[in-house]
Parts: sequence; structure tokens; C-alpha cells
Amino acid sequence: MAESMYCAGIRVLIQLFFVICFMLMLLTQTTDAKNSGDVRCKCICPPYKDVPGKIFKNNVSLKDCNCLHMVVPMPVDGKDVEAYCLRCECKYEERSSLTIQVTIIIYLSVLGLLALYMVYLTLLEPVLKRRLFGHTQLIHSDDEVGDQQPFANTHMVLSRPRTRSNVLNKVENAQQRWKRQVQEQRKSVFDRHVVLS
Amino acid sequence: MDNAGYCNESFNSLQSGTSDEDMVEIAGATLDFSSTDDVPPLDRDYTSGYAAHGGGGDVLNGSTKLMDLLDEPVPGVGTYEDFNTIDWVREKSKDRDRHREITSKSKESTWALLHSVSDAFSGWLLMLLIGLMSGALAGGIDISAHWMTDLKEGVCLNGFWFNHEHCCWTSNETTFQERDKCPQWKSWAELIIGQTEGAFAYIVNYLMYVCWALLFSFLAVSLVRAFAPYACGSGIPEIKTILSGFIIRGYLGKWTLMIKTITLVLAVSSGLSLGKEGPLVHVACCCGNILCHLFTKYRKNEAKRREVLSAAAAVGVSVAFGAPIGGVLFSLEEVSYYFPLKTLWRSFFAALVAAFTLRSINPFGNSRLVLFYVEFHSPWHLLELVPFILLGIFGGIWGALFIRANIAWCRCRKTTRLGHYPVLEVLVVTAVTAILAFPNDYTRTSTSELISELFNDCGLLDSSKLCDYVNVNASKSSNELPDRPAGHNVYTAMWQLSLALVFKMLITVVTFGMKVPSGLFIPSMAVGAIAGRLLGVGMEQLAYHHHDWPIFKGWCSPGADCITPGLYAMVGAAACLGGVTRMTVSLVVIMFELTGGLEYIVPLMAAAMTSKWVADALGREGIYEAHIRLNGYPFLEAKEEFSHKTLAMDVMRPRRSDPPLSVLTQDSLTVEDVEALITETSYSGFPVVVSHESQRLVGFVLRRDLIISIVALSPVYRLPAENARMRQDGIVSTSPIFFTEYTPPPPPSSPATLKLRGIMDLSPFTVTDHTPMEIVVDIFRKLGLRQCLVTHNGRLLGIITKKDILKHMAQMANRDPDSILFN
Repeated sequence: MAESMYCAGIRVLIQLFFVICFMLMLLTQTTDAKNSGDVRCKCICPPYKDVPGKIFKNNVSLKDCNCLHMVVPMPVDGKDVEAYCLRCECKYEERSSLTIQVTIIIYLSVLGLLALYMVYLTLLEPVLKRRLFGHTQLIHSDDEVGDQQPFANTHMVLSRPRTRSNVLNKVENAQQRWKRQVQEQRKSVFDRHVVLS
Repeated sequence: MDNAGYCNESFNSLQSGTSDEDMVEIAGATLDFSSTDDVPPLDRDYTSGYAAHGGGGDVLNGSTKLMDLLDEPVPGVGTYEDFNTIDWVREKSKDRDRHREITSKSKESTWALLHSVSDAFSGWLLMLLIGLMSGALAGGIDISAHWMTDLKEGVCLNGFWFNHEHCCWTSNETTFQERDKCPQWKSWAELIIGQTEGAFAYIVNYLMYVCWALLFSFLAVSLVRAFAPYACGSGIPEIKTILSGFIIRGYLGKWTLMIKTITLVLAVSSGLSLGKEGPLVHVACCCGNILCHLFTKYRKNEAKRREVLSAAAAVGVSVAFGAPIGGVLFSLEEVSYYFPLKTLWRSFFAALVAAFTLRSINPFGNSRLVLFYVEFHSPWHLLELVPFILLGIFGGIWGALFIRANIAWCRCRKTTRLGHYPVLEVLVVTAVTAILAFPNDYTRTSTSELISELFNDCGLLDSSKLCDYVNVNASKSSNELPDRPAGHNVYTAMWQLSLALVFKMLITVVTFGMKVPSGLFIPSMAVGAIAGRLLGVGMEQLAYHHHDWPIFKGWCSPGADCITPGLYAMVGAAACLGGVTRMTVSLVVIMFELTGGLEYIVPLMAAAMTSKWVADALGREGIYEAHIRLNGYPFLEAKEEFSHKTLAMDVMRPRRSDPPLSVLTQDSLTVEDVEALITETSYSGFPVVVSHESQRLVGFVLRRDLIISIVALSPVYRLPAENARMRQDGIVSTSPIFFTEYTPPPPPSSPATLKLRGIMDLSPFTVTDHTPMEIVVDIFRKLGLRQCLVTHNGRLLGIITKKDILKHMAQMANRDPDSILFN
């Protein structure tokens, strides 16, 4: 009990560590990403008399983000400048392009890995298994855990043979168990439509 | 209730809890339990605990030793089967025992004191972690969804990770009319054939749009099918059921979390008519469940875990809308079953942490949490309540019809051949959606952008089609715009919006419930927003062209800005969402947190209430309750009143024609008798009586605990190679089983006895046979019971389980009682 709890605890701690690292990375990126492409001041000026509407963008600091600094060259003459500028709206905006880049790249890599793993599981693994082990392995049908034999099933679950705690064996066991679970879930959701209409 | 001693004790212990434990009795609060283990604890805990037990067993030698389960409980006892209901009373008393033990030991040493302090703080630490993790995931989902949605239309040459808006962020080539054009963003037609205008370019764009949509949805449904079938659908009906005490193993696991996050982005980006709010609630609950494993207090106790999951549901809505208070109220009103006051404060804390995390990640580049944050504060007039109530009626009617249509379609999917081709179904629906959505500008963009454009009030700075009004007084210098006659583009926009309305109303019926993560909030709000905006523009033009009518004369003189179509869109969105989900308080709070203005509470409330009344008149249940009923989950609705005059003896089992109740006697059974009983019947628990003649009740024992105890303690089912290691000496098939406290010493030559008093519940709840069913249903709801024994004149007569109650309620409402599938 102690060993498996220890392993489970280590696993969870490692996952938690990665999650926190990722979140910290995201948070710190937002606070110090002030390179020139990431701040801007955007002024929108609507049409005025016969001057068409225009948008002005520049990367200036917050104190300079107003109509007089941004609207260059000024399309109207001196006495109309104030009326023109009253209609303009200037906003200061920041973004973090590094966050966006990192997020998209992480997402695409995870998606790619999952897609490859899916292709491997559905197409390649049966072919490889068949070549390595012959037909005997494929007769391994998944257990119908029904209530007809409660003791036998419990017995099977409880008395799993304790093999050497080999890492490969453990991974193999875990993968088999996970595949069985997914198959059970797939049966209840997709085939029998019992859960999740 | 009989058995005064036992029941009073449990009743008192409930009452003497701290004020934190007081139940907030609000109709609709529900609880949900879901185990996070991918592996049933039977496997892990058993092997881990057996070594300890085996060590103790070595000391006891000889065949006359009693196997006493009171000292060291077999691990696995006290856990639950998949698709079963938990026992709330047992879990809560386990937690109270644990707490008592920690407090009493804390006086012994500093280490124990630290342990008790950390135990008290573990809840808050857990909430902090849940908020951080959910906020980070939601930020990632938002950024990825925005990028992938725009990927259907083109790509950015500056860096492929930028979506359209961010690609043109620094460019100076954007004009007032075309705010999105810049040379760095290339549409697919430009990249493939080099043209931007013309019929051929349009066709190429169309084709690429449909192909990308199909690719995304195919990837989504394949990933769901291959890795985590539980990740499909919205998740809220199942979470409601889990919070009320049901167990669905794997529903809130790691793989479900990962697949749901990834495929949610794909599903939203493929242009399907679905939203991401419901799945975000599921994602947040998965985070909550996974993080519960770090803390013993929550890992081992299903009741405490469900408190955490209630808070996690609040976090989900909070990151979806940027509305922490609305999220907490949503969890209270819609999702949770029991909602103690302690959970209220903790949910709020977690929701705030999540909102803060999301804001720091800053997915929209302008410090806003939600895409459609509105800023206008124009006033509204009392007479406008009439169109608002009309919108409420529309929302209610649409909600009721949508629920009926969607349930019919989902039932069709469950029972006919349509359900055998999930991947094909998703692809066909995506193809239809993409093909019909591309020509109309308002459906081509993502639904969130549509809603934000509809909520937007037209000002001087807007140049969209909706804001193309004829400028009557071009020299006005104020920033406020008077009501003006609509220009040509506005009429174009109106009929395009009407087509979009019809399209969305029909396609959402088919989309919700497919085998990809799908949410319902955004499509409903879109339908309402379109209807509201249409009505708003209609009212505006009516007020302008007929400003001399008596109803407009007082407050809407020409040149005044009196009607705000954006407000009508908002009210319409609230009405439709309320009609579908039947939310009340949480809906109003979410909407006003979205707008940031308290001025619009009265119109929102008027519309929400009207829509709820109209929808309730047409159909009793909201969409989530309807899905729960469709799937046959054992969910005892907390909002329904049970108003029939039946008695407990009408509902209890066994009925007159059934075989008598299967009971265990306390001292006259052997191991093989019990095994035979377990193998022949499929009941999940057995009452224990003094003897068959007297039928006086001793206690109640669960089937799972019996199986585990017998298998764990008897070498009969061991493989020969393991007999030496896992041995409890002397238990054979003919060993007697005792549920009593004092067992007689066995004669020397007979096999050892098996004492199972430790797994028996000594205080089962009982009612007499003449108890009205109203009281019985109330007891089940308030205490979270799973079964209740029925006595007559002090003797055991029968048993009522939660499934019996649900079947009885279905029968009383003239529904099919066989639709209750689980127990």
C-alpha cells in the first residue's frame, strides 16, 4: 500500500509541478512582455464634414495616447481640430504575443501527439501485435464484468498476480487497464447508449 | 421512524454539527459525487491494505482464531460500485469521526497540531489550486479557439499563431470601413490561386472553409471515441447527477480532462452551433476531482469531494463568462444538490482566483474577460417593458419547443440506427452547418463575435452594416446619435439576420448532444440576441417614422436617442437562455456582470421571469433535467413537490406477489449460504434480522462489502500459489458467520467463525408502513438516503430504495417507470 501510494503521490506531484510551471510561465510572460510589437495606441476618428474616417495606430506610451499626439498629419485646419478630436476615441492596448505563441505551439504539439497515438492504437498496434505474438493474443476479449459471477470477478480483480515491479511491466499493465476502461466507456456511451445520450 | 435509539442518535448528530454544516435549503441545490479514480479502489487499496492485514494475521495461529473485522477493516469496504449511489449519511459521519480524531490528537504533540491546522487549511489551498488550474486551462482554450476559428479563413504571414485580429494589430493599412484588412493576413484564396476577389476566389474560400470544418470535427469525434468517450456532450446533466450522489467512474478523470480540453477547441472552431460554457464546467470539475487526490481529506470521502465539485462548477461558469458571482449562483441553483454555507464562501474564492488568473493570461488583449462586454449606459423607458416582455414570451416558447425537439432527436439517436454512426453523424452535421453558414456573413463568423456585434450599440465610430444609418444631421458634434432612419445596409442586415435566426434555431436542435463536447449557452444567447436586435431595430424605426403616435410622443421626440437596439439584443439573449435552462437569479446576475451596468436589471428580470413562466407552462423541465430523465439517471429532483397520497407500503418491495424479502440472520448462516444468496440475487444490500421467525431488525449490510469481506478473508477463492501468502486461517465454506457482538466460542473441531459485525450498518433508517410517501420522499431528499427499511409493528416488512421512489414518481406522473435505469 505504501509503495503504490508513494508512486501515486509522486506522479501527482510531478503533474502538479508541470501545471504550476506552465501557469507561472504564462503569468510571467504577461507581466514583462513589453516589446514593441505588443503595445499600441489605437485612435478611431469618424468621418467629419468631408474628411473620411480613419484609424491611427502607433506604439506610444500611455501618456502620449491621445488625439493630438496620434493624429499625424492632422486632416483639418486649426479651428476644427478640437471638434475633430472630440469625436476621436483613443485606446491604449497591450497584449502578449509570446503567450499566444506558446499556447498555440503547446496545443498543436499535444494535438499532434494525440492524433499520432490514436493512429498507432487503431492501425499499427494490432498489426504489430499480430506479427509478434500470433493469434493467441488477439483472443484476449475484454472481461464482461457482470453480476452473474460476483465472487469470480472480485477474485480476479483481487488476486492479480504480483509480478516483479518492472517499469515496463507496470506501464504495460497500466496501459492494458486503461484500454479496458476506455473500451467499457465506449460500450456504454457509443454502443449501448446508456450514459450520455 | 422506529428504532428510536439508533435514529435519534444519527438525527442528533446531524443537528449538532457546527454552523458551517447547516444546509442551505434552497430548491434546486444538488450534490454531485464523482469518483476520480480511473481504477476502482478495490484494486489498489486492497493490495496495499492486505499486507498490513496479513502481517497481523501471522501472529494468530491455529484454526480456532476468530477473524475480527472490527480492528482492521478490510480495505475496499466502504467504497462504491460504479453507477451506484453513495450513502451520504455514512460519508458525513466518517468525516466527522476523522475530524474528531484529528482534533483530539492535536493536543498531543506539535506535529499533530500542525497536522490539524494543515487539515483545516487544506480546503482553501485546494480552492486556490482549482482556481489557478481552471483559469489557466480556460485561457489556453480561449486563445486556441480564437486562432483555430480564424484558421478556416486564412493564415497570418507574420507568425502563423496569430489570428486575424492579432495579425492586423499593428498594421497601419486598416481603414475605417475595412477594419480587418491588412497585407499580412492572407485568405486561402490568396494563398492558393493568388486572387482576393471574384467568383473563383469565393469558391476556393468556400471549399477551404468546409474542408477545415470537416477536418476539425473529424479529429474531435475520433479523439473522443478513441481516448475518452465520456468527454462528449455538455457534461452538466451528468455532473448534476454526480453531485446528487451518483458515481460515474472515469467521468472526471485525467484523460477525460485532456480530451475534453483539446476537442472542445476543435469542436468550437469547426463552426458547429455550440458553445463552450457547459464543457468548461466539466473541465473545471475534472480539475477539482484530480486535485482532490492530493488531499487525504477529500480523496477518501465522497461527501467532502462533492463539496469541492460544487465549487469547481462555479469556477467553470466564472471563467466562461467572466462572472464570478454568477458562477457561484449558477452552481447553487442549477448544478448542486446540497450546498452548505461553507461551500458558498469557498466557491466564491475559487471563482475569483480563476477570474484573476484568466485576466492575467489576458486572452483578448484588452484586459476583458469576455468577448461581449458592453459599455453603453443609455436609459430605457418604462413603456419599453412591453417589447421586453414580448421577448420574454418568445424566449419561453422557443425554450420549450427547443427542449422537446432536442429530446426527441436524442431519443431517436439512442434507439434507432442513427446512433450507430456517431462519426458520420458529426461529419454530416458539420458539412451542413458549414455549407449553409458560409454565404451569410452573420453565421460565417463565430457565434461569440456575432453576439458581441449584436450587443454593440451603434455609435459614431462603428462602420458595420448594422450601423449604416442615414445621416440626417451630419454636423452634430455630440457623441450621442439620435434615432435615424435606417440606411440600405441595415435592411440587408435585417433579412440576413432573420435567415441566420431560422438557421440557428434549427441546427442547434441537431447539434446539442452529439458526440463532441457541446454547450448550449452561446447558441441560445445568439438566437435571443438576433431576435432582440430585430425587434429593437423595428422599434427604433417605428419610433422614428411615427414619432407623433401617442405612445412615443412623451419620451421619444425626434432628434432624441431613445431606443437602443443593443439593449433589446441583450434582453432577448437572456430570455432565450432562461427559457432553455430555466435559470433565474444566476441568469440575471451573469447578464449584468457581462454588461457592467445596474441600469438594466429590471428589463433583464422582467424578460427572465416571463420566459420562465411561459416555458414552465409549456413544459415542466429545463434542458438538463430533461436529459437526466432521458438517460434514466437516479436523480431525485429537489424542486418537485410530491403531492400524492400513497403510503410507504404501496411503494415498498417485496410486493404481494413477489418472493419474500431476502434477509440475513445474525447468527445462523454459513459462508456458503451467504455466497448462494449473493449469487442468486442481485440486490445491493441485505437487512440483517435476529431470526426468520421474529424478523426483528439488527442492521443493514451492503453487497459489495459482503463480497469483499468474504473473498478477502477466505482462502477458498485464492489461487493455490497464493495460499501461503494471503491466508486467514480456517475460514472454509462451512464457517459460520456472526453479525452479533459476542460470539460463542466454537467447539474445537469445527471451523473458525467469521465475524462481520464491522461491515454492518447498525443504524439503518426505518419508517413504518403507514408513513405517507410525501414524508418518505422528503427524508430521502434531505438526508440523501439510498434505501430505507419498512417495519410493521416493529417487525421488518420490506425495503424502499431510491430507484423504487423514482419509479413510483414516474408512474404517478404517467411516465414509463422502466426508464429509470440505474439505482
